[in-house]
Amino acid sequence: MYKYDDYDQQLVDERIEQFRDQVNRRLSGDLSEEEFRPLRLMNGVYLQLHAYMLRVAVPYGTMNSAQMRQFAYIARKYDKGYGHFTTRQNIQFNWPKLVDLPDILTDLSKVQMHAIQTSGNCIRNTTTDQFAGASYDELEDPRPWCEIIRQWSTMHPEFTYLPRKFKMAVTGAPNDRAAVAIHDIGLRIRRDDQGDLGFEVMVGGGLGRTPMIGKTICEFLPKEDLLSYLEAILRVYNQFGRRDNKYKARIKILVHEIGAEKFAELVEKEWEEIRDSVLHLPAEEIEEIQAHFNPPAFEVLPAHSSAYSEKVSSDQKFAYWVQNNVREHKQQGYAIANISLKPIGGIPGDINHQQMDLVADLADQFSFGEIRSTHEQNLVLAHVKRDDLYDLWQRLDEYGLATPNSGLITDLIACPGLDYCALANSRSIPLAQRISERFGELDRQHDIGKIQIKISGCINACTHHHVGHIGILGVDKKGQEFYQITLGGRADENAKIGKIVGAGLSTDEVVDAVETLINTYLDLRENADETFLDAFNRVGETPFKEALYGAGKK
Amino acid sequence: MALVKNNLVIKDAWINLDDEQDLPTGDVIVSLERWKTERETLLARSGQLGIRLNSDENPDQIIEDLAVFQVIALNFPTFMDGRAYSYARLLRERHGFDGELRATGNVLRDQVFLMHRCGFDAFEIAAGDNKALQIWLDAQKEMTTFYQPTGDGRKTAMSLRQRKRLAKAVS
Ligand code: HEM
Ligand code: SF4
Repeated sequence: MYKYDDYDQQLVDERIEQFRDQVNRRLSGDLSEEEFRPLRLMNGVYLQLHAYMLRVAVPYGTMNSAQMRQFAYIARKYDKGYGHFTTRQNIQFNWPKLVDLPDILTDLSKVQMHAIQTSGNCIRNTTTDQFAGASYDELEDPRPWCEIIRQWSTMHPEFTYLPRKFKMAVTGAPNDRAAVAIHDIGLRIRRDDQGDLGFEVMVGGGLGRTPMIGKTICEFLPKEDLLSYLEAILRVYNQFGRRDNKYKARIKILVHEIGAEKFAELVEKEWEEIRDSVLHLPAEEIEEIQAHFNPPAFEVLPAHSSAYSEKVSSDQKFAYWVQNNVREHKQQGYAIANISLKPIGGIPGDINHQQMDLVADLADQFSFGEIRSTHEQNLVLAHVKRDDLYDLWQRLDEYGLATPNSGLITDLIACPGLDYCALANSRSIPLAQRISERFGELDRQHDIGKIQIKISGCINACTHHHVGHIGILGVDKKGQEFYQITLGGRADENAKIGKIVGAGLSTDEVVDAVETLINTYLDLRENADETFLDAFNRVGETPFKEALYGAGKK
Repeated sequence: MALVKNNLVIKDAWINLDDEQDLPTGDVIVSLERWKTERETLLARSGQLGIRLNSDENPDQIIEDLAVFQVIALNFPTFMDGRAYSYARLLRERHGFDGELRATGNVLRDQVFLMHRCGFDAFEIAAGDNKALQIWLDAQKEMTTFYQPTGDGRKTAMSLRQRKRLAKAVS
C-alpha cells in the first residue's frame, strides 16, 4: 500500500500544527464558533448530539496493521473503547474532547493518518472496491488512481470552498462494489477498442433529498488525462454550482438543471484549455505510485488443498463462514476473507479496541499486514492463504468477529441516527438490532439469500438507503419516529433508485413489515436461486404493497 | 480595514466608487454595472481604472477589456463562497492578467493563503494594520508542501519528486 514520503508527512504535520493553532484560537475565543465550524469540519471534527465526533480518513479503505493498532490506542485513550466504520470506509470516534483533538491527530500522523477533508464542502476521501488488488474480476487495481486523486485533492487551493461536499469513487472491476454511480464523480476503469485502459467518467450521482444516478459524460478518458479532466469538472462546478440553497448545491443539481450534455460541453471546453498543462500525468509518475500497490509476495500454491477441504467438510460452522464470507482471489491458493462487523443484534460497523488489536495481529499473521474497510461497514483481509483460513476463522470467532452473514439479511447497513446524530429524525441502530435479531437464525438467512437492507435516520441518506434492496428511512411525523420503506434499489453496475412503497410505519410496525416483505418474497419467488431483487424486478411492487397495506389501497 | 500587499500594509490609493457617486479625479474602482453603462466616459478619463466583481459576476464578462484595468477586486461575500478562487486562477493563468488582484469582503486568516495560491496579491483584511500584517505573515508560514500546480510558482511535491529521481539517475 501507499507509504508517505517526506512531502506527504510534512504536509500532514503542518496541517496538524495549523489545526492545533485553530483549536487554541477557538478555546481562547479568538475564533467564533461560526468561524471555527468550517475549520474543524475540514479536519473531520463534527459536533453531534452529545459530544464532538472525529472522523478519520481511511484513504480508499486500505490500512495497515500499525494504523489499526493506533485506532485501538485512540479508542482506549481518548474515547470509550470503540470506533465505528462508516459507509465511506472511514472510521469515527464518538466521544473525543475538543482539547484532545490536536493530540489525537498527532498520534494519527505517527502512522500516516489524518482527518483532513473528511467533512466540509471540499473533496472528500475517495472510496473504492474493498477487494481492489485481490479480486478475480478486476481490470486494474484502482487504488493507485485513488492515491493520485488523494494527493491532487488534498488542500486544493481552488476547491476547498465548493458549493457543497464532493465525493468520488473508483472501481477497477466491471462488477461495481464501490457504488460509483451514486457519487458526485464515479470513475470506472475500462478498456477501449485498442485494448488500452482508461476511465468512464460519470457525474452527478448522489442521494439525499433528490436521489440521482450519475450520468456518463465521458465514455473513455485516457489515464494520463485524469487530473486535468477532474480539474475541469471541479472548475465548472465551483463556478456554476448553486450556492443560493444548500439543498440544491450538490453537483447533481447542476447537471440536472443544465442537462448532462450541456454540462459535458462545458467540461470539455475547459478541459481543452488545461489538458496539456502540468496536470498531464507523466508515465513515470503513474508507475511510481502504482509501484506502491504492487501485489504482495504471493507463494505459488496448488489449486487444491486436501487439508482445507477436510476442514470444510468436518466443521459445519467453518463451512458456513467460508460459504458466506470468503471470496475468490485472483491468486491461486489465496482467498479474500470478510470480517463481519454485524454480530446478530449488534451495532453495525462498531468495533472495540480488543477487536481492533486482534484484526491488526491477524493481518500481520495472515494477510501481509493489510486491512480493508468496506462501504458495507465491514472489514476485509484481502490476501489470506486458503490453508490459513481455518486458523483465521477460529481466532475471529473467539472475538465475535466471525458472524457468517456477509451479504445476507443481517449484514445490515445503518447510520448512527438519533443515538448520536444531531440531524436525525429517528433511531437507526436499535432498529438494525431488532431486524438482526428477528432474522438471526442462520438457516433462515440462507433461505432468504442475498439481500441488502440500508437504514438512514434522515433524508441525508448517509447509508444510501435509496439504493438498498430494502431501504428504510427515518422520518418525523408530529414528533414521532416513523419509517418509510423503499424497494428495489441497487448500488451496483446497474444502479437504480428504489421505489417508495407507501405510508410510513411506526417503530412498532416496521420490523413486522420487513418480515412481511420477506415472506411475500419467499412465497412468490420462482425458485431458491431467484434473489429478492430479481423477484422484485420480475413482479414489481404491487404484491409487496398489497402485503403491507392490504389489496386495493394506495 | 488594512490592505496587505507584498508583505506590507499599504495605503489604499484607490477610490472605491459607489454607483451613485460622481466621478472624481484620481484612480477609481467601479462596479461591473457602472463599467457596462459608463464605459466610454470611464475610458476617456485620465486616472487609472479598477473594477470590482461580486462572486456571482463571472470575469468572463470583462475578458476582452482586461488591459484596461490595473486592479480587479474579487469579492468574497462570505468566506464559504469559493467562486473567486476559480476566477482568480483563470484571470492569472489563462488570461494573463498581471495587474493587482485584490481579495475583498470576508477575507480571513484561514483563507488568505489559499487565495495567494490562486493568484491574489492584495488582501483587504478587516483588522488593524499590525494584526492584519500578522495574519498574513502567519498564514504564509503555515504550509510548505503543495500537491497542486497553480500559477503561483510554488514547487509541487510531484515536481520535487521528479527532480529527486532525475538527480539520482544522473549521479
Ligand atoms: C454526525 C454525523 C453525520 C452528519 C451530521 C452527517 C451529515 C450529512 C449530510 C448533511 C449529508 C447530505 C449532504 C447533501 O446531500 O448535500 C450527508 C450525506 C452523506 N453522509 Fe453523512 N452525516 C453524518 C454521519 C455519517 C456517517 C456515520 C456516514 C457513514 C455511515 C455518513 C455517510 C454519508 C454519505 C455516504 C452521504 C452521501 C449521501 C449522498 O449520496 O447524497 N455520514 N451526511
Ligand atoms: S442519515 Fe441523517 S441521521 Fe443518519 S447519520 Fe446521516 S445525517 Fe445523521
